[in-house]
Amino acid sequence: MKHVSKALLGAAASLAILAGSAFAAEKAEVIHWWTSGGESAAVKVFADQFNAQGGEWVDAAIAGGEAARAAGINRIVGGNPPTAMQFNTGKQFEDLVAQGLLGSLDEVAAADGWAKFLSPVLVKAVSRDGHFYAVPVNIHSNNWLWYNADVLAKNGIEPPKTWDELFAALDKLKAAGVIPMAQSGDAWTQLLLFNDVVLGVGGRDLFLKIFQDNDMEAIKSPEFKKVAETFGKLREYGDAGQQGRQWNQATGLVIDGKAGFNFMGDWAKGEIIAAGLTPGKEVGCVPGLGNQVYWIGGDVFVFPKTDNADAQKAQKLLAHVMLEPDTQVAFNAKKGSVPVRADVDTSKLDVCAQEGLKLLAKPDGAVPGTDFLQTPDTLGSLQDAIGQFWTTPSQTPDELVAKVVSIWESK
Amino acid sequence: MNPRLKRFWSAQLALTPAWLIVIFAYIGTILWTVQISFTSSKVFPVSNYVGFAQYSRLFASDRWMISVNNLFIFGGLFIVGCLVIGFLLAVFLDQRIRAESMFRTIFLYPYALSFIVTGLVWQWTLNPTLGIQQTVRNWGFESFTFDWLTRGDRAIYVVALAGIWQSSGLVMAILLAGLRGVDGELWKAAKVDGIPTWRVYLHVVIPILAPMFVTATVLLATAVVKVYDLVVALTNGGPGISTEVPAKFVIEYLFQRQNLGLATAASTVMMITVLCVLAPWLYWQYFRQPRSAR
Repeated sequence: MKHVSKALLGAAASLAILAGSAFAAEKAEVIHWWTSGGESAAVKVFADQFNAQGGEWVDAAIAGGEAARAAGINRIVGGNPPTAMQFNTGKQFEDLVAQGLLGSLDEVAAADGWAKFLSPVLVKAVSRDGHFYAVPVNIHSNNWLWYNADVLAKNGIEPPKTWDELFAALDKLKAAGVIPMAQSGDAWTQLLLFNDVVLGVGGRDLFLKIFQDNDMEAIKSPEFKKVAETFGKLREYGDAGQQGRQWNQATGLVIDGKAGFNFMGDWAKGEIIAAGLTPGKEVGCVPGLGNQVYWIGGDVFVFPKTDNADAQKAQKLLAHVMLEPDTQVAFNAKKGSVPVRADVDTSKLDVCAQEGLKLLAKPDGAVPGTDFLQTPDTLGSLQDAIGQFWTTPSQTPDELVAKVVSIWESK
Repeated sequence: MNPRLKRFWSAQLALTPAWLIVIFAYIGTILWTVQISFTSSKVFPVSNYVGFAQYSRLFASDRWMISVNNLFIFGGLFIVGCLVIGFLLAVFLDQRIRAESMFRTIFLYPYALSFIVTGLVWQWTLNPTLGIQQTVRNWGFESFTFDWLTRGDRAIYVVALAGIWQSSGLVMAILLAGLRGVDGELWKAAKVDGIPTWRVYLHVVIPILAPMFVTATVLLATAVVKVYDLVVALTNGGPGISTEVPAKFVIEYLFQRQNLGLATAASTVMMITVLCVLAPWLYWQYFRQPRSAR
């Protein structure tokens, strides 16, 4: 009996091996940090499409962007790279390219014609020295202003179109005893607000001069001082409960009608939809208040170099699948972002996304986000200075300008 | 071979694994860290030497100076606070009170929590729109204000307060054990001489407990140097950067801001600081004592 079962087991094992080699699925282990409800629904679109086309998606989700990137980079350096891993569009993966650890995607890019349908800003962001190293999967925008339509109507306020109108509205709300502006205590949200002011008050040119050209004159200019003053004035409209509040709690205050306005990226839509509301209706959206410029941010996937032929095949397939038109639309509808392809049917996206697409289509309607232009190191120092300024009411705009000057000088 | 030498070598042989661990895992990695701090490494260690550039950037950075300053404020308040409150609690429990074991458990309980839990609890308690301030206002004292957590100039004291709340119990347990070891005859003698109780504590009991105080201080001091989780959970370094600490600086520059050079420079400075504090103690412990014992 024992022998029989052993023989059976052996037969089964050899069968399994045969079967395995006959239908070898291209296995792809993918590190990403999309773990919240809406995010994991979105990433499932990729997994399903990849599996449907003969791949085998092995999910390696790690909560938190920093943790996921640290884990992925350590695995690449340790010689056991994942098939693909996520980064934010920008400079985060630049060192990996410089060290020759990422595979080039030129072959897939040429076959699928990436250059034809990707915006030039994105092409620049995912290529180095003329070679493609990453697949952009979505466009997120940081500079949105969200408002509770009900609260505004009750206080006789029209949705603002300029910063002056916004300040008038904030004053009215303050007088009415509503939290005028919901703000989170996390320093990155304060930096996001600051960047919104640079773009909205300073404008596209000033933004690019500072973040792209590192122009010291622009930082010392009266225009930038006005940015610092406007940002400083906004400090008066937050509430005492900011410290310890997360971004989604701040957005939640607007959703619940406890606050009037909130500056947050378009991922706030996820919260609005989760609360059973429609973005653009109960909670209204204003893209790029003031100067009407769309900030381009987002996520990319990179494919670490490997000698394994199967893994290489899986990488090519995955890069192809992620940019297919159907995948792009389905993924971005779930994620709250905008497709990277200009040639897909976007009619199914919500009102706010349509507004964003209109700006994107304008010749000067978009700027690359700060992640594209500056290292995490510089942006981190800027975040420290902004956080300190935001929480210290006695600090003057001039002091902030001096700090920014010293950060840029020490780069 | 002479037997003494033989014994020496066999002992050394047995110690080889320990030596290897010390040399490679501790000293080796320390030297490697110090070496990286002199390079311009970003995400990856590279050997592009830039001298003391990372150190000069470090000491020009507001955030680092605030971190170091906070470490001293937090460290001083935390150690002194824990020792004083822990000692008072121990004395209180030593009065042969009823239900002593219950109180002992209650006072020691916070120490069983992780710093993360402590941080969150205090964050909620002190949030002006949710916690104590709002509660007291709801009772009718409309002008009551306790918003230290949201004030950049006060938040570090809140961190120290939460730390003291958590760790006083540990000091109490250590000192209580010490108090129980004090000879009952001493108390009787003091009573006969008519010495007030507080003077006995101050001049007799505390000197007897000196080794216990040293143990407690060492335990608390290590907690100060590595404080990270408490700050992350309680304030996450905010408001702004007013409650940043050195350990958090190192972690953030290592993993989030992708600047290995600056992070290793900061950790090297931390190590040197600790060594400076430890050196006199090591000297006293290992070089002075044998001579006086002789």
